[in-house]
Amino acid sequence: MEWVQQLVNGISLGSIYALIALGYTMVYGIIKLINFAHGDVFMIGAFIGFYAISGWGLGFFPALLIAMVACAIFGVLVERIAYKRLRNATRIAALITAIGVSLFIEYGMIFIRGAQPEAYPDVLSNKTFNFFGANISSQSLMILSVSVGLMLILQFIVHKTKIGKAMRAVSHDAEAAKLMGINVDNTISATFAIGSALAGAAGVIFGVYYTKIDPLMGVIPGVKAFVAAVLGGIGIIPGAMVGGMVLGVVETVVSAIGFSLWRDAAAFVILILILIFRPSGIFGKNTREKV
Amino acid sequence: MKKSKVFWMYFVAAIIVYAVIQGMITGGQLDQYYSNLLILMSINVILAVSLHLVIGITGQFSIGHAGFLAVGAYISAICTMKFDLPFFAALLVGAIVASVAGLIVGIPSLRLKGDYLAIATLGFAEIIRIIFLNTDYVGGAAGMPINQLTTWTYAFFSLLLTVVVIANFTKSRHGRACVAVREDEIAADAMGINTTYYKVVAFALGSFFAGLAGGLFSHQFFLIQPTQFGFLKSFDILIYVVLGGLGSLSGAIIAAVLLTMVSMYLTDFPETRMIIYSLVLIIVMLYRPSGLMGTKEITDYFKFGKRSKGGNLDDK
Repeated sequence: MEWVQQLVNGISLGSIYALIALGYTMVYGIIKLINFAHGDVFMIGAFIGFYAISGWGLGFFPALLIAMVACAIFGVLVERIAYKRLRNATRIAALITAIGVSLFIEYGMIFIRGAQPEAYPDVLSNKTFNFFGANISSQSLMILSVSVGLMLILQFIVHKTKIGKAMRAVSHDAEAAKLMGINVDNTISATFAIGSALAGAAGVIFGVYYTKIDPLMGVIPGVKAFVAAVLGGIGIIPGAMVGGMVLGVVETVVSAIGFSLWRDAAAFVILILILIFRPSGIFGKNTREKV
Repeated sequence: MKKSKVFWMYFVAAIIVYAVIQGMITGGQLDQYYSNLLILMSINVILAVSLHLVIGITGQFSIGHAGFLAVGAYISAICTMKFDLPFFAALLVGAIVASVAGLIVGIPSLRLKGDYLAIATLGFAEIIRIIFLNTDYVGGAAGMPINQLTTWTYAFFSLLLTVVVIANFTKSRHGRACVAVREDEIAADAMGINTTYYKVVAFALGSFFAGLAGGLFSHQFFLIQPTQFGFLKSFDILIYVVLGGLGSLSGAIIAAVLLTMVSMYLTDFPETRMIIYSLVLIIVMLYRPSGLMGTKEITDYFKFGKRSKGGNLDDK
């Protein structure tokens, strides 16, 4: 029953990707920007969680909350300082700025605290269950339930609250939303806040699960989360969740069958295949280009 | 007649620059440090100019240029180290294989646009890097030791070849077709330009010169490792083109020369260097999104008062 175990591992990893991918997909949906700095917000979240746990002796959930709030503020700051002026710039200018912001956060962090990694403290007791012959750790179940809980909260915010309605309206048509009296700037900031909070949560979860964090840890998960977002159909929230899970499972399977060095390549191969054969993603609709 | 005269004038000027520097290197006025700096500068200029063709002229936003650099570097290193080919042939083979890699990457991914193309090229570059990382024949993660064969002569003439070919390509009808693709792909298509063909040609040509730079690069540093060709290398090349101005050949050259010097002075402070790089990227995009030179060339500034009689693309 080893495959059940691998499946659970894959889904736990996938739920981390999904949490990051949600931020990508929400931001892309609303301002059509690939926020390259999103992976670094994830890194910042992991470090804030680390300092909250090891510095102040907090438990997992308070640390998660602090990291989420701090990342939300951080995300809004990045948006206000760097991206707000670029609303009417070309896509390439916006993309280059995002790359610049990402490098700035990474190397600013290295400049402040050095590049050495930190070992995450043990905050969740780790028991192993025997479930139909498969060994499943309580940690991965915990991670899975926290991620699913956060995704449910996100669904609630997007579909049942006023700000969620505003977000959907702005992503559909920003001009028309403005005419209907929606404050577009605040809505975009709220999107960044929610997306960054999810990335911060993913950072803490990643730290607890993999126990090692460093200032450049956000690069690869960030790109992979983007792959997950594209896989599910960028701009579509359930797509990001499914895409993240699929990617996590595929990566775990590739490692499990003995190609662990090729694991990172698997994500990119998926990306390229999906871009070539179905650029709008699993859940996406084809939009026709108008001249 | 006049155009070819200008061309030969520049050519003679270039040869004089080469001869003076070569004389100073053999005469000992320029020590090892400065000759290495000049070679590195030439390599970076070749990379900047080759990416300029893809991003600046054809408007295809590729952020995976380091992948082709890696192909050129590894293939030419294999040629000299394993098959004992002469360095010149190895450079050529490396560049040709890189351009084939460019074709393989370009044909599927150039169907995509904008952000998607950027991510796809990034993905391809990573795949290329991971392939080298997992190939024991070229040393895997430990890297591959290589003899130093790159000299100022090789670096300079490769640079000259790159600039001449790309400048002339840009001015030819093919280059203008590429510019049309950059300005408006749909309109270019409607005017009967085979947009896919020109995008792929520009991409393969850019990859060819990136591969050439790769050959020089690997034979300059004694050891190549897959980690040298990651995201950061691609962004290094990107920043030359962006800072110089998307669409300006001389801008790309100036930016590459300046930033090579800056990074040479900051080699002891790598994170300061990256902070400066990233701030430059952000500030340039926020306050001068067209880069230092925009789409102008430096020669445009020497043409005050002269009126060209039509047909000159660069005059506004």
